[in-house]
Amino acid sequence: MVAAIMFYILATVLVGSAVMVVFSKNPVHSVLFLILAFFNAAGLFVLLGAEFVAMILVIVYVGAVAVMFLFVVMMLDINFTELRKGVQDYLPIGLLIGFILLVEMAVIAGGWSLTDGIATTITTPTPIASEVHNTEAIGRILYTDNMFLFQLGGLILLVAMIGAIVLTHRQRPGVKKQNIGDQVRRRRDDAYEAVNVKPGQGI
Amino acid sequence: MMEIGIEHYLTVAAMLFTLGVFGIFLNKKNVIVILLSVELILLSVEFNLVAFSSYMGDLVGQVFTMLILTVAAAEGSIGLAILVVYFRNRGTIAVEDINLMKG
Repeated sequence: MVAAIMFYILATVLVGSAVMVVFSKNPVHSVLFLILAFFNAAGLFVLLGAEFVAMILVIVYVGAVAVMFLFVVMMLDINFTELRKGVQDYLPIGLLIGFILLVEMAVIAGGWSLTDGIATTITTPTPIASEVHNTEAIGRILYTDNMFLFQLGGLILLVAMIGAIVLTHRQRPGVKKQNIGDQVRRRRDDAYEAVNVKPGQGI
Repeated sequence: MMEIGIEHYLTVAAMLFTLGVFGIFLNKKNVIVILLSVELILLSVEFNLVAFSSYMGDLVGQVFTMLILTVAAAEGSIGLAILVVYFRNRGTIAVEDINLMKG
């Protein structure tokens, strides 16, 4: 009963904030509504019993991805009203595509059922929640059976990090940097010159 | 109605997916909102995986969810990096101006 009420509250706020992500005029508001959507999705994940994924969702999405989006949106000086101009033109085709997608998914959902022997094909059954909690259960299979997936995830992050740095790094001209080699190599003769000034003549 | 089954979660995921695709069409000019819509679509995919993982009792779905989360984070960072470089070069982020490579 409580779970059902929680589900409907979280699902309603989730879908509502997803609507606001798409429709809000200011991209900063879009990002903030995306954060709200992620929080509600994490709540639904907790309802499903996937606590670890829920916490990862909050940490990774809200803590990293959404903040990164906020930085970029606020850093770039963009005229957003200019970008909103064509929205009215694209509304009909967008509604049409969305309607077609929904109908297709409804058709699939209508004729969908599980195969009889599906229970025997489960490779890594979820342990009983009272004995092994979710985080420990995931840890047991993540570092053993799915080791290559784990390393693949690390590789993807490495490539993304290198790509982002290479893309956004720029060498600006006219920046003064310390060159220790030059400083050490400098001798007294390079820096100063003794001039014998005759009286009354100047240099 | 009060018994929450897998269909409820799949319905929410379907709505999120449709909203994401709709957002891409609606905000055709604004790359930032397009990237946000892609994040919504990926979230709906994660939703499906976790719902099936929970109701089938197979834990491997949650491992896949974390892999998708990784890919989503990587995609977002690379997309934003491209966006920043593009803005530096052109001074705008309008999608329809991205035709430099066109012959």
